[in-house]
Parts: sequence; structure tokens; C-alpha cells
Amino acid sequence: MENNKVEVIVVGAGPAGVSSAITLARAGKKVLLIDRADNAGDKNMFGGTIYAKQTAEIFPKFWESAPVERAITEHKIFMLTDFDSTQYSYRYSSKGAYKAFTVIRSKWDKWCVEQAQKEGVYYAPKTLVKELLIDNGKVAGVKTQFEDFYSDMVIIADGVNSLLAKQIGLRKEFTDSDMTLNVKEVFKLPKQRLEDRFNLDENTGSAVRILGGPLKDMFAMGFMYTNKDTVSIGFGVSLDELKKQKVSPYELLDDLKEHPSVAPYIKDGELVEYSAHMIPEGSFNHIPKVFDNRVLLVGDAAGFVDNIHLEGTNLAMLSGKLAAETAVFAIEKGDFSASTLSLYYKKLKDSIIIKDLKTHNNTINVLKKNILTLTTLCPNLACEFFEMFTSADEISKRVKYRKFLSEVLKSGVIFKMMPLAFYALGRCIKK
Amino acid sequence: MNINDKLAALQFNKSNESHLVVDNDICMRCSEKPCLFICPAQVYNWDEKKCLMNIRYENCLECGACKIACSKKNISWRYPDVEYGVKFKNG
Ligand SMILES: Cc1cc2nc3c(=O)[nH]c(=O)nc-3n(C[C@H](O)[C@H](O)[C@H](O)COP(=O)(O)OP(=O)(O)OC[C@H]3O[C@@H](n4cnc5c(N)ncnc54)[C@H](O)[C@@H]3O)c2cc1C
Ligand code: SF4
Ligand code: SF4
Repeated sequence: MENNKVEVIVVGAGPAGVSSAITLARAGKKVLLIDRADNAGDKNMFGGTIYAKQTAEIFPKFWESAPVERAITEHKIFMLTDFDSTQYSYRYSSKGAYKAFTVIRSKWDKWCVEQAQKEGVYYAPKTLVKELLIDNGKVAGVKTQFEDFYSDMVIIADGVNSLLAKQIGLRKEFTDSDMTLNVKEVFKLPKQRLEDRFNLDENTGSAVRILGGPLKDMFAMGFMYTNKDTVSIGFGVSLDELKKQKVSPYELLDDLKEHPSVAPYIKDGELVEYSAHMIPEGSFNHIPKVFDNRVLLVGDAAGFVDNIHLEGTNLAMLSGKLAAETAVFAIEKGDFSASTLSLYYKKLKDSIIIKDLKTHNNTINVLKKNILTLTTLCPNLACEFFEMFTSADEISKRVKYRKFLSEVLKSGVIFKMMPLAFYALGRCIKK
Repeated sequence: MNINDKLAALQFNKSNESHLVVDNDICMRCSEKPCLFICPAQVYNWDEKKCLMNIRYENCLECGACKIACSKKNISWRYPDVEYGVKFKNG
């Protein structure tokens, strides 16, 4: 790198930044990728799973050499009541066509960066960008803790808190309802025991979503993922709800771990890590300005997350790629103005990113308004149904059916599900 | 489980300087104090006697929630300098 100058600087080596950097290097451009962590991934936390198809767009056949944990072959939903639960499972045989893998960020992010370096990306680890350098009102590079770097353009991939987007006014201050706070604990178990507990083969894994139970009073969802020899368990809750409830997230996580339907999965596991990280709400109306003179915003920094389907890494990688393609166009044109870089927004609009964010623009608000239906009413009725259906005693079946039916009618569930059903229908019909 | 037991499972490299700063006078006038319970690492602790906010910045998980949740936008928040702060090996 001559005189600390490259064509493009990418700040942040998460999925968004790595995908930007590698796409630029593949087009023969000089690119510097910067991250504050000692090893890429050491500051990062997610659930979680990466999605095979979209990840392979950047790293073809990555599963043959990348440090993936398990190929997901089962999705489960646990609906908890105070003490009981109903559990729904969707299992599929992968037949070599993988859909998703669990990964550990410190291993996965590191591997991604190594691939990028092999393809010609300059990488600066242990480098904290303090601010963007502004020269004559234009972004000219970055100021780090130790030295300055210069470039024609900067791609901002610094994640959910994006201090850099804030610095140059691309986004406003966040509010409580813009974010969910997530906490997670990781438990180590003997591999065989983990596989037996979750009913898995050697390399297959399950992903679990958890509703209700200790999380019933708020817009929150728990999760559990199987790694090679650890189980990750955690939950996310929107900051405004947490504030209303006046509870601490780690106490709620303890309550979740102690629920009789959850506890057996992590029993006797050794706690190897506790962590926290935020997720942006991910709605179309909250997208900040994602391009300006000499800068593009990608990944979590731009709010590109689908919280309903738990997609973030895929949108991060896709937005990173689209930003890089835009940067290549700008370099070849020799013009880094906002109007040239607006090509990025056009590409986003044609991609699933803007389409999906639009579809779910108001979903979280609707879910928040109807949350008790999903976290209390439905789990309770589901358990009551099984209770009624499976108990053998002196009460005649007809009396039991009637009692259950009257419970259903009294609960008003049909009426209460209407807003959700209509909303979902509306999402399908809307152009 | 005690929060300290959870934090004990983590790798931290403590800096001599706090990356989290509050104006104590503003905290004194803050009735809600959401930082006390919202922080996943219980970094903020209010000393009732001294009317002082104790900030155990060395336990910070660098999530950013306190900055947003603070009722008075009173937290000046940045990432710790490189090589300091938390390290996640199972994120
Ligand atoms: C609990 C949880 C569960 C999730 N589950 C899933 C899931 O199952 N599937 C999925 O696809 N997504 C999931 N996500 C979302 C996903 O993790 C994010 O959408 C994705 O990581 C965003 O990628 P990114 O590159 O934009 O940001 P990040 O991955 O956050 O990367 C940002 C990088 O920038 C660096 N950085 C920040 N500031 C600076 C600076 N000033 N100087 C230098 N470096 C800096 C950081 O160290 C970091 O490496 C989950 C998120 C959470 C919190
Ligand atoms: S919420 Fe903010 S102002 Fe209130 S006590 Fe906490 S840090 Fe101080
Ligand atoms: S950043 Fe997160 S962990 Fe650190 S003090 Fe704020 S809320 Fe607590």
C-alpha cells in the first residue's frame, strides 16, 4: 500500500465488509479492510446461522473448507406456558443441498478475512477507526487510533452501532424502539450427549425459536442453536419493552434457561461464554441515507436485517456486494459523487433487501400490539388442547370437548388472531 | 446466576481509562435510571449514599444499549481502544 492510499477503504470486517472488500479485489481494485478486533470476529456475536445459497455467492462451496459447526436439518418452535410447552418441529433431509449452517463468529469471520487476503485485500486488524477524514467537506479516508488512511471512497460496514454513519449525518440518533438487545450464553457438552439430546447426526444441527414462558409479557423471542460441541441459548427483546418491564436481560435469560421444557437441553453444560449484541429493527421506514459523496453504507449499519426470518448475515453480504459493484462503476467512471453512487440504491431496490424490508415495514409494530396473543394465548390453548386430548380419566370425552371448545371461544382467540391474519394477508396481496 | 459468574466466563483486557462517561449531575436528577437494569453486564451502579454513578466499564460487553436507553442521553459512548475490552470466542 503506497502512502497509506487505496481506492476503497472498508471499515468493519463482518459479513458486509468482507463481502465488499473481496468483490472489489476480484475486480482488481485496491482495497483496505479495517477492523478493531485483534482477530476478526472477536468483537462479534450472533445466534446463529449463515445461509448457504447467499453465502456461496461470495464463497462458492465454502462448506468444504470453512469452519462451519453444523448443517441445519431441523427448525423448531417452542411455545412455552409458565410450566409446560408445545413444540413444533420441521425436519428435512439435506441430501447434500445445504440450507444453513451454524457458525461461531470468531472462527467464521477469521476464515472469511483470510480468503479476502488471499484474493488481494489489504487487511488491517487491531485498527479502530475513530472518525472519517473530511477534506473540503468531502470524505477523504479514515482517522484511526494510530495513523490516517486515504481513499477515493469509504464503505461503512461498522455494524449496528455505526458511529461513522452518525458522524457524517447519514443517520439520526437511535431511539429505544429502533433496537432489540440480545443476550446469549454458550454451554459446552460432550458431543455425543449433545447429539442425543437434540436427536442429531454427527454433522447435523437444529435451530430453535422460543416464544412465551418467561418472555410472555413483552416483544421478545428466545433462540437455541447447536454448534459442534456447544449449545447457544439466548433471547432478543426490544429496548423499549425491556425498559417498560424494568427487568434485567440476564435475569430473564436465567428464567428462560430454568423453564422445565428448556433446562434439560443445557443440563450439566459448562458455561463457556456470555455475550450481548444489538440488532436493528429492520424496517423500510427506518433505513438511513445509504449513499452520499464518496461513501456507501452496508449491512447492519444500514439497518438491513429481517427480524421476522432471522436474516442478517445474508443481507449484509448482499448489500456489501452491491456496494462494491457500485464502487467499481464509480472508480471506472472516475466520479464518486452522490449522484453516481445512487446506483447502489437502485441495485438495493432491485434486490430482495428493499423488497423484504418493505414487506415487513410495519410487521414489528403489528406484532408488538398483538404480542400477548402469540406469547400467552396461543401457547396456553395449545397446551390445554393436548392436556384435554391425552388425559384418560372418568370424565366423558364429550364433556371434555365441550369444555375445551368453550375455553377457545371464551379466550376470544379467533377474534384476536384476526388483525394478524389480515395483516399477513395484506402483505401477500400488496404489490 | 449472579452476573459476576457470567462475566467470569469471559476474556476481558482492562484499559486504565473508561470508554463510558456520564455527567453525574444529570444522573442525580434522573428518576428512572434505566441504565441500572438494562445493561446486560450491570456496568452501572448507583451509590445512594454518595449520589455517585459507579461505572464498571471493564465489564462492558460493547453492545451499545445503554447509550440509546439512557433517559437523558447522558452517556458518552465509544468503543474501547484496540486491544482492550471484551473478546468473544463463541459469538
Ligand atoms: C443474537 C443475534 C442473533 C442473530 N442471528 C442471526 C442468524 O441466525 N442469521 C443471520 O443471518 N443473522 C443473524 N443475526 C444478525 C447478523 O449477525 C448481522 O446482521 C450481521 O452480523 C451484520 O453484519 P455486518 O457486517 O453489517 O456487521 P457486524 O457483523 O456487526 O460487523 C461489524 C464489524 O465492524 C467492526 N467495527 C465496528 N466499528 C469499527 C470501527 N470504528 N473501527 C474498526 N472496526 C469497527 C466490528 O469489530 C465488526 O467486526 C443475529 C444477530 C444477533 C445479535
Ligand atoms: S439513565 Fe442516563 S442519566 Fe439516568 S442514571 Fe443512567 S446514565 Fe444517568
Ligand atoms: S455497551 Fe452494553 S454492556 Fe456496555 S455498558 Fe452499555 S449496555 Fe452495558
